[in-house]
Amino acid sequence: MWRQTLFWVIVSCILFYMTIPAIVVVMTSFNPGEILSFPPNGFSLRWYEKALTYPDFRGAFRTGLIVALISSTLALVIGTSFAFLVVRYVFPGKNLLEGILSSPLIIPHFTTGFGFLLLGAHLNLNQTLTIIIMTHVVLVLPFVARAVYVSLLNIDPNFERSAANLGASPFMVLSRITVPLIIPGMAGGWLVASILSLTEFSASLYVTASRTQTLPVAMYNYIREYTDPTVAAVSALLIIATMLILMAANHFLGLRKILAIDSH
Amino acid sequence: MSKRPFLIPFLVPAILVAVIFLAALAEILQYSLREFIPGSLDVGGFTLDNFARIYRPVYFKAVINTFVLSLATAFFTLILSYPIAFALVRTKVEWVRTLLILLSITPLFTGEIVRTYAWMLVLGTNGFLNTMLLDIGVISEPVTFMYTRAGVVIALVQFAMPVMIIILATAISHINTDYEKAAANLGARPWTVITRVVIPLTMPGIISGFIVIFAWTMSAFATPQLIGGGKVLMISNAIYLQGFSALNFPFAATLSVIALISAFASLALMKLIANRLERQTAIH
Repeated sequence: MWRQTLFWVIVSCILFYMTIPAIVVVMTSFNPGEILSFPPNGFSLRWYEKALTYPDFRGAFRTGLIVALISSTLALVIGTSFAFLVVRYVFPGKNLLEGILSSPLIIPHFTTGFGFLLLGAHLNLNQTLTIIIMTHVVLVLPFVARAVYVSLLNIDPNFERSAANLGASPFMVLSRITVPLIIPGMAGGWLVASILSLTEFSASLYVTASRTQTLPVAMYNYIREYTDPTVAAVSALLIIATMLILMAANHFLGLRKILAIDSH
Repeated sequence: MSKRPFLIPFLVPAILVAVIFLAALAEILQYSLREFIPGSLDVGGFTLDNFARIYRPVYFKAVINTFVLSLATAFFTLILSYPIAFALVRTKVEWVRTLLILLSITPLFTGEIVRTYAWMLVLGTNGFLNTMLLDIGVISEPVTFMYTRAGVVIALVQFAMPVMIIILATAISHINTDYEKAAANLGARPWTVITRVVIPLTMPGIISGFIVIFAWTMSAFATPQLIGGGKVLMISNAIYLQGFSALNFPFAATLSVIALISAFASLALMKLIANRLERQTAIH
């Protein structure tokens, strides 16, 4: 019994370490003073007001949202069709293409960002939305392709075979049988891709300019110039939004299923 | 009728993305071989001078620092994630499981900047941790966490834990619990069951988690930049300094090539060690 208790005490301590930054951010965001203090000496929403009206954050949030929506949707289309090829077809250069497209998982984001900065300069697309979206598509593509790949492996090929035997054209089989069966994987992959794109920082720092900066870049610039808790308010909003999205995803899609954790 | 009706339309976009990505990487390689013209963003002719410069102690130190910090982060992440992953898989109480998943996965999706900023608030001289420790009376003067390697690792480990927990939980969920029951029935103490049965059976997960976190930490940028504050220099920070402060794009590109090579080389090295370890544990 004491072993069980000791185990749960250790688990609680580790969880405390994992959550303390988020708790401190939320506490700080309600702090009335410019200078951070613990425990807070009051309650105020002034930093939320400042965060929500600060033009840089508003612009950056809008840009980030546009970039995330376009790049995760492009990644969904490209990643789904590529995952389909990987699972169903054999073609020359398949392994090479798979290796190149999944290498952004290993290649540091700052390297990818720097490469796209140089490429953008070369193509006269320097720090435009086009080059930012290209960068984000490359970075989030492996996550979408992976999610769809797993769903494709899990469908029973008999469904597709019987549809084809009953005279459905390949396009009919794809649109009426295959795609509906992998919708959960596509939705999960798209969700992960858009969150990753919204919060991506290292590569975005290289490919954006102050006109086209995304929210994490705007927050970084703010932290370097000011010490007041405005960024704490933005962070608290982002943490709460993320938790709500994850709770919804857990409810509708099952996080354990998305993450492939299941006990026997 | 072709047997592979979707091959061409599905292949073209994937190839296009791959070509664009390779072009971006090729730009880095190209720049790394160019001459730097001070005060100008244009570059000169081809040269190998940039690669000769990386032997300077400051850059050599950044490479070593990156390696050591990544190793330390992967190690502590493993130690702290294992109990959480174990609890997550084995608890029978549904709300505990949901809580564990939400608390351990959320940090993964909040992004580098939010997490780093949060740790700055915790670790600062007048931050949460120092205030607490001073209040309790454990310390009489604030401890410096900011601008130290320890501070950077404390933050990096917390970011790395969600990924490690997912990998370990998957490995633990694949264990057949009969092995543990058999060991316990034969008189093994709980601690022995953990060290002799559970941990060896999850060795593949432990190894792949360690490698993933090691590679991941090598590409950390915001945390050493803000918490390290220029005192803890990783390759990523050296590249940023060269690119954006010195505006020396050719040398920044050279350091990026070094970052790429060291990432792939250490991954290959770790895979080699991992294969050996796995063969050894398989024999037992």
